[in-house]
Amino acid sequence: MQPADLPQAKVSIQDLSLQYADGTESLRGISFDIPANQITVLFGPAGGGKSTLLRCLNRLNDLTEVKKLDGKILIEGENILDPKTDVIALRRRVGMVFARPVVLPFSIRSNLTYGLELAGERRKSRLTEAVERSLSQAALWEEVKDRLDDPAIALSGGQQQRLCLARVLALQPAIILLDEPTSGLDPISTGKVEASLQELKKTYTVVLVPHSVQQAARTADFAAFFLQGELVEYAHGEEAFTNPKDQRTEDYVTGRFG
Amino acid sequence: MKKSLTWREYVITRAIKVSGYSAIVFVGLIFFFLLREGLPVFGEVPISTLFNTRWYPIEEYYGILPLITGSLIVTIGAALVAIPFGIGTAVYIAEVSPRWMREVLKPLVELLGGLPSVVLGFLGILVLSPYLRVLLDLPTGLSALAGALLLGGIAIPTIVSIAEDALDAVPRSYREGAWALGATRWQTIWRVTFPAAKSGVLTAIMLGVGRAIGETMTVMMVTGNAPVLAILPGSILSPVRTMTATIAAEMGEVASGSVHYHVLFFIGMVLFLISLIVNIAASSVVFRSKKRAERILS
Repeated sequence: MQPADLPQAKVSIQDLSLQYADGTESLRGISFDIPANQITVLFGPAGGGKSTLLRCLNRLNDLTEVKKLDGKILIEGENILDPKTDVIALRRRVGMVFARPVVLPFSIRSNLTYGLELAGERRKSRLTEAVERSLSQAALWEEVKDRLDDPAIALSGGQQQRLCLARVLALQPAIILLDEPTSGLDPISTGKVEASLQELKKTYTVVLVPHSVQQAARTADFAAFFLQGELVEYAHGEEAFTNPKDQRTEDYVTGRFG
Repeated sequence: MKKSLTWREYVITRAIKVSGYSAIVFVGLIFFFLLREGLPVFGEVPISTLFNTRWYPIEEYYGILPLITGSLIVTIGAALVAIPFGIGTAVYIAEVSPRWMREVLKPLVELLGGLPSVVLGFLGILVLSPYLRVLLDLPTGLSALAGALLLGGIAIPTIVSIAEDALDAVPRSYREGAWALGATRWQTIWRVTFPAAKSGVLTAIMLGVGRAIGETMTVMMVTGNAPVLAILPGSILSPVRTMTATIAAEMGEVASGSVHYHVLFFIGMVLFLISLIVNIAASSVVFRSKKRAERILS
């Protein structure tokens, strides 16, 4: 079940199943490809397994109690679920932005350089360059350039979320995962984040779990509809929202449930 | 009906108010009593004698310096044992151990905190001090070291319990944020979780050390009770006597109203002062960091 003309795949998910230790099954036999340099949207009602899938892509689920995990996730041909995978290196390659902005209790600058320093980058010039580049990409540079040493927690909610995006960009990952990144933001900040995503897809592969169907429709190049742990439909963005093939997708996007 | 309700309301509010104020009254009364019994010492013993190095009350040598240093050396030793172990355990329970392990460990540690100190003293006399004597080739195992080790054991449960609560209260999202940036588990604990829980961990240390300062029974049983001036670090292996042990051991045999009696109360005042300082230091640290957090959040 894939759109016929899918561009070159960056990530290939093959028959992925996952069950949490508390008995709730979250993913059942998921297979699909995520194309490079596109925005792929995972949408559907809560509990469908969207976030779980995101957390598999950077192995953040390692730290939760998972009972069963089957299948493969290939990123550029390499199976990242292999126990021998270097998880730390993987998380630098696959960045993640969370629903609630999690700024670390440091200054704005340190929030951005933290990941790079962990990766062993010590050169001042590289760090300074990364701060400006990532803040500009996240459309935050103009607002904070004069107060980089202020505590990050003093920023507004929308700025904090863009700082979190910038922090991920500072590491120059290949793939960016966003888990409802605008759920706590006002429409203006949401617009800024969405606009920067359109810029970012030129260089990165973006996987987004939107917080509303409207956002899904606005942003998606490709859209995957999840319902209770199953992938129901995977199509071009426009097609999924205007002419879905599956009745359940249609019911959801037209607001009959969810 | 309505009238009886307001009447009940009145009685209940008053009762709660009285129990609240009673805490202040009791502290006040204790302080007053301590001062009344302790202050006359300044008229009876010259200060130079009081802060001398010889404690031999029968011959009227009332130098309390050996007792203060004894308390200090045992407390510092206990802190050196309890802080690394206590915080290490708290980090393990909060951050590393699997859930089932945590559910076993936390109650166990808290149970340890409820152990009567006389039982620990008993273990100290029968097991720890003979072992120390043989291991370190000492004339006696009843030493400051034995007291420090046991007091450390007494302080650890307090430190673990409170520090673990503080670490556990750090939102999971902080950790996930750091993990998602490629931080290892250790880097996350050290750079993110720990700084975020700093004020709670400091409170844990202060309360644990406060418990160690005030502890009496265990130290009386295992430190040998020789009132010798103790100066770090050599004295850690020799017998010492703490302020608490002195009061407990001698108060029963002293004539009420005598000079010796007043000196014992004066020691009580010094203890009161020390624990007051520790408490104020603890709460000011917590207060300051709380204020800073509020300022940033607002």
